[in-house]
Amino acid sequence: MAKITFISHDGAEQVVDIPTGWTVMQGAVQNGVDGIEGECGGSCACATCHCYVDESFAGSLPAPTQTEEEMLECTSSERKPNSRLSCQIKVTPELDGMTLHLPETQS
Amino acid sequence: MAPAASATGIGGMVIVGAGQGGLQVAESLRAEGWTGPITLIGDETQPPYHRPPLSKALLNGEMTDAQLGIRGLDFFERQRITLLTGVRVSSIDRAVPAVLLDDGRSLSYDGLALATGARVRPLPVPGADLEGVFGLRTLDDAHRIGAALDTAERVVVIGGGFIGLEVAASARKRGRAVTVLEAADRLMARVVAPFVSDFYADLHRSHGVDVVLGAQVVALEGSGGKVTAVRTADGTVYPADAVVAGIGVIPNDDLAVAAGLACDRGIIVDDCARTHDPRIVAVGDCTVRVAEGAAPRRLESVQNAVEQGKAAAASLMGHERPFTAVPWFWSDQYDVKLQMVGLSAGHDRTVVRGVPAERRFSVFYFRDGALIAIDSVNRPPDHMTGRKLLDKRVPVTPEQVSDETVQLAALAR
Repeated sequence: MAKITFISHDGAEQVVDIPTGWTVMQGAVQNGVDGIEGECGGSCACATCHCYVDESFAGSLPAPTQTEEEMLECTSSERKPNSRLSCQIKVTPELDGMTLHLPETQS
Repeated sequence: MAPAASATGIGGMVIVGAGQGGLQVAESLRAEGWTGPITLIGDETQPPYHRPPLSKALLNGEMTDAQLGIRGLDFFERQRITLLTGVRVSSIDRAVPAVLLDDGRSLSYDGLALATGARVRPLPVPGADLEGVFGLRTLDDAHRIGAALDTAERVVVIGGGFIGLEVAASARKRGRAVTVLEAADRLMARVVAPFVSDFYADLHRSHGVDVVLGAQVVALEGSGGKVTAVRTADGTVYPADAVVAGIGVIPNDDLAVAAGLACDRGIIVDDCARTHDPRIVAVGDCTVRVAEGAAPRRLESVQNAVEQGKAAAASLMGHERPFTAVPWFWSDQYDVKLQMVGLSAGHDRTVVRGVPAERRFSVFYFRDGALIAIDSVNRPPDHMTGRKLLDKRVPVTPEQVSDETVQLAALAR
């Protein structure tokens, strides 16, 4: 389990407990976090679960796969160095306390 | 039409079918400002869940049931959506208007959305009811197949479409011997070009699957009520401990037919998901979209369920929000991602971009010189760019497509 904080584009904060082994997208969508769509259900096929990882956790995540890397080029909002697709972030206990910033639009 | 909330608190918006489409109608009704009651009725016992992983991550054990859920139960509470699971609607009385539930209750409605989905087409051959023969549509189906894969040495998949091939890949991942029997002379023939079909036949063969094309299944054989083999028209017998049939689906339009709504292998709707009854909309796999100047269109996809769901909710609120975006789909088999956008039927030219030998390429389909569809294999940017090109109807030539130095993304901006 890890506590993940989502901060929407307009600054609203939502904290969600996500079980280990789940993806961040799954935890966000099941808890109704606005601003994460995950239209393809987590198949890395739609780029609608884009988020910006807080710098302090950037080093805790495995590097994106080639598919994620390429899908990140197709996000609706600006791609930044800390951009990730939340369906590709698997929750581990080490991610407890991580903050994710959400983009203005997903599609 | 903008129905008022029922004064008694009964009624409001009723949605039949708690899959992706039905849930989307409920959520979009709230987004559209509907504050009255919403009742979402599903005949399965689980809350709404993602179906695409059933043949993939769920079947090969990479995902659990809990992860499949689209929304958590407290989401329904917060959104004040009453979720009835394990309940069937037995009829619609449009005169009252109300729906009758199989537990005897009657539920009046101001607006009704039908999101009844589809059911697997049964195998039309002797032995189809033997133990060990499966179709895949629901989570329960996936559990049964998963349990069979625990012990089955030899798995025969009937049907080389998306579902069949995804099941074949999952069964191979679990170390089972797999045969795919496809009646046509190539895989996924209804959807992709021969080039892509051939690529996928090679892909499955390279993973050890016995892919048999032009195979007409005539009977399933069994012993003690359990399937033991599949027999084809040429007399070949394929031994099998488990058989999975993926030969298509039948839209669940029975309720609508009985209620006198216009149906043609699916509930007929327009671009705004409206039926001809102003109080009734329909979304997803159970529908057939009929629009002027276009062939009737049946789509079985997440995008269709979601976008028709949004359109349907708007219609129930008296707004117009037509679903006109170009269709897109995907299929994951092994580590290869196939993404499709547009409908390639009727193409007169194809152009390949990328390197098939490296398992990274796209096939662009043209008709009368215009781009109509793109199939991408491990080339997500082509797919995402293609969605923009097709939605905006950006003119693209075959010459531009075949030239890798031309940045398609730049054309799409």
